[in-house]
Amino acid sequence: MRVLSRQQTQKVATFLITTVATLVVIPVLLIILMIFYNGMSAISWEFLTQPPRNGMTEGGIMPAILGTILLTLGTAVAAIPLGIGAAIYLAEYAGDNALTRTIRLAIVNLAGIPSIVYGLFGLGMFVLFFQFGTSILAGSLTLGLMTLPIVISTAEEAILSVPQAFRTVSYSVGATRWQTIRHQVLPNAMPGIITGIILGLSRAIGETAPILFTVAAFYLPNLPTSVFDQTMALPYHLYVISTQVPGMPLQVQYGTALVLLLFTLSLTFVATMIRSAMRRRREW
Amino acid sequence: MDNKLEIQNFSFYYGQFQALINLNLPIRRNQITALIGPSGCGKSTFLRALNRMNDTIKGARAEGQVLLDGKNIYDPDVDVVQLRQRVGMVFQRPNPFPQSIYNNVAYGPRVLGLAGGNGRLDEIVEQSLRDAALWEDVKDRLEGPAQALNPGQQQRLCIARTIAVKPEVVLMDEPCSALDPVATLKIEELMQQLAADYTIVIVTHSMEQAARASHWTGFFWLGELVEYGRTPDLFTNPEKELTEAYITGRQG
Repeated sequence: MRVLSRQQTQKVATFLITTVATLVVIPVLLIILMIFYNGMSAISWEFLTQPPRNGMTEGGIMPAILGTILLTLGTAVAAIPLGIGAAIYLAEYAGDNALTRTIRLAIVNLAGIPSIVYGLFGLGMFVLFFQFGTSILAGSLTLGLMTLPIVISTAEEAILSVPQAFRTVSYSVGATRWQTIRHQVLPNAMPGIITGIILGLSRAIGETAPILFTVAAFYLPNLPTSVFDQTMALPYHLYVISTQVPGMPLQVQYGTALVLLLFTLSLTFVATMIRSAMRRRREW
Repeated sequence: MDNKLEIQNFSFYYGQFQALINLNLPIRRNQITALIGPSGCGKSTFLRALNRMNDTIKGARAEGQVLLDGKNIYDPDVDVVQLRQRVGMVFQRPNPFPQSIYNNVAYGPRVLGLAGGNGRLDEIVEQSLRDAALWEDVKDRLEGPAQALNPGQQQRLCIARTIAVKPEVVLMDEPCSALDPVATLKIEELMQQLAADYTIVIVTHSMEQAARASHWTGFFWLGELVEYGRTPDLFTNPEKELTEAYITGRQG
């Protein structure tokens, strides 16, 4: 026997599905609100511009902020040429052959590797084998490698979304394949590529595990002066003050978390801005 | 009669499917040749075979010869990129690049390095736009977006872009199918002027257009060239029954 009519079942289903979808928003809001609520009081000019004092319990987190900015730039430098190059190959040159399948398989696997494994790989490869030492160079390369799958897949998608007609027309006036890519495909794909790079960076830069053995320092009295120096970095700093320093004021921990959160959120925000500006401008 | 292109025993395959069957015809220099026939008869495939735009399609294969000034364009030593400069193409839908009017026309000369300095490039752009009967419409907004033009103007811009690299042959693949009658007439007038300097081959599904605007007509049916001749002869006094049936609308 039917307890509910079809119409009543429909209403219940709509209600449940809407509820479940709304639940997804709650943790995000709670995390952001909690960190803002507990961390806001720690944020001050001193907190952002001074090095830590008194066993990290006072002063600021400037060296960690600077280190994270340096690592972001280093990661970009490492990931952009490789990522865009691979994406161009896959989208424009790759035939359906063993090499292409191998490359695609490698990228899928790269995306699935746990971040701690990247950290250990970076230690073995860049720190020890290439003898870069625990350094900004080794950390940037490790993070860059980790960012590659996102950069490649978004860049490939952006390149493929450039209308085929542009390529055809370009060939029809006598342009070479490279000229077509350089002058028609890449300029039109660029906003999408940039968005992908920024999103990839914002993911990578919040990671602790990959920088654990490759670059991050617990505390440094001086700022880094070359790519072969270690640096402090926000995620690692947060990890250390949360687990390794007894008697750490809670608001300093939340303040650090807030700065890291704002850093990645603002990167995501910039990426979203670029993407929507691109959508408005696009006329094909 | 002087032949710019000479097609000899030409067949074209997409994998197992034979799209063109043993074609033989001339394309006369500085004349307009129209290719007519129902959809899927191979006329567009044939047009694209003339500047090897089909090359990139997987499994595509050509047999026989297409002689451009006596030289087979399917010879292994032919540079496809150079061939496409000599044999340009205008497409079915107006498809300007999402850039300025000036940059659209300047694109070909730039990638080919035809203009020494920028002054020379300005000249090429102006001349191409004049030749495409678009200069008066756009001379005050060369830096404006090409997408702001109406479809007829966009198609003339595409013609300007094609002739800016000084091709010898211009292929047109149903260039008026997206245009209204007024814009269509403008393109047809333009073709008459261009024929003085270029050899033109146009694919059209409009028999009126072929009859109005061409000197020679080829009628395609299921991958074969059924009949080829002077346009007035073919339309008033066709030799083959199939041709007559098609142009009078009884078949097709």
